[in-house]
Amino acid sequence: MSIKFTPEHEWINAADAAAAVVGITVHAQDALGDVVFVDLPEVGKTYAKGDVAGVVESVKAAADIYMPVTGEVVEVNEALRDDPSLANTDPLEAGWFFKVKLSNAAELDGLLDSTAYDDFLKGL
Amino acid sequence: MSDASTASAPLLTTPLNALHLELGARMVPFAGYAMPVQYPAGLMAEHRHCREAAALFDVSHMGQVRLVGADAAAALETLVPVDVVSLPVGKQRYGLFTNEQGGLLDDLMITRPAPEASTRFGDLFLVVNAGCKDADIAHLQANIGARCRVEPLPERALLALQGPQAAAVLARFAPGVAQLTFMTGGVFTLNGAECFITRSGYTGEDGYEISVHETQAEALARALLAEAEVKPAGLGARDTLRLEAGLCLYGHDINTATTPVEAALTWAIQKVRRPGGERAGGYPGAEVLGAQLTEGAARKRVGLMGVERAPVREGTRLVSAEGVELGIVTSGTLGPSVGKPIAMAYLPVALAAVGTEVFAEVRGKRLPMHVAAMPFQPTRYYRG
Repeated sequence: MSIKFTPEHEWINAADAAAAVVGITVHAQDALGDVVFVDLPEVGKTYAKGDVAGVVESVKAAADIYMPVTGEVVEVNEALRDDPSLANTDPLEAGWFFKVKLSNAAELDGLLDSTAYDDFLKGL
Repeated sequence: MSDASTASAPLLTTPLNALHLELGARMVPFAGYAMPVQYPAGLMAEHRHCREAAALFDVSHMGQVRLVGADAAAALETLVPVDVVSLPVGKQRYGLFTNEQGGLLDDLMITRPAPEASTRFGDLFLVVNAGCKDADIAHLQANIGARCRVEPLPERALLALQGPQAAAVLARFAPGVAQLTFMTGGVFTLNGAECFITRSGYTGEDGYEISVHETQAEALARALLAEAEVKPAGLGARDTLRLEAGLCLYGHDINTATTPVEAALTWAIQKVRRPGGERAGGYPGAEVLGAQLTEGAARKRVGLMGVERAPVREGTRLVSAEGVELGIVTSGTLGPSVGKPIAMAYLPVALAAVGTEVFAEVRGKRLPMHVAAMPFQPTRYYRG
């Protein structure tokens, strides 16, 4: 699986470049605490890498979700809207946030692989 | 995801620090102390456990002070717009330190211990907020230190056991605590430790606050946590519980720029201290507050409930349908028991009626909210 990570604690699985899946990491959901609300991006809209594409809120705090790569949002996780706690209980699977059609697959090379992300976490 | 980072300064610790770490607490800086914001169960689970069973909070960062001397009550009345003189033995009362403008320096709890306990717990026993305690103690010493002894009790820890099963649990240690009613207190022995216990707390649930010597605090906390109904809860849950109960948090919902009348805390000012009362005035800001008690204030603290799911947090602007700014949210979250966004804010009195619609500006959107009666969650204080 070609899962990559950002220093802002998003993950992206670009196995399908037409619908790469994006979510937040185990570390991110743990740092946030109980997630109670998500604001998801607009389907059909194109975002640049680094744009704020959504918000995730716990009881205590709100955090922006940044677009890990440039692309068009092709789908959002409606189940997460109904049950935001999926971001805590299953952040890497059922708790995904949105899918994006990559504009430039080369941008993935600039992201962290799982080993580099783990090393990054150790340095926090 | 964006990261929130906190500056690391040398922090004070409570006598339960080692226990918090052992329990896997996430520690955060709060009022100069390292305090548990949550345990591995998480804020929501801790909040629900307090509503359903019994939660144990460490609130040892708060200030405990005893006032000693026959004149202590009359002296304290020169600093609070509260009837302290006629406070009976064993009773507790909510109090407010006011400034010359009628603003709030702090809120506090005042209890009158029995005469036989006065050498240990004072003629009056006070609990003040952690962030204000140094200023409060200086304020007491400067203004009434000549009329009574003002003696801080930094060697005492404070535990709060809160929830519908708190009474059953604590009665196993000291059967007499079952006879206490809401806002009463006395001296009891728990786990071999002499404790000053009041039937109060700040969660909206039945429960107790337990003052215990720092050397006996950890053993007592462990003994309470060993009871099947009791689980630890952090400051995160304490905050959501108090907000659902409609209770103010000093420094957020009330501060030096808010008066008790604006803050809808006039119930804490007994008739005897109001204009026309037997001991009216005589406290800082009495003139301002006397006028506001008679004529009302221009704005009022209200509860707000959201229609949508997005939490509306402290600092959020509130506007009318036309976009006119009406006020700022002073506390807000998604109420774990209520299941809706809840908040407190100051609104013009004309807009303070229950049901009035206002809009919260969240990330460029206007989210409808309505003024709601508080508490948001029914309280369950034990009144006997």
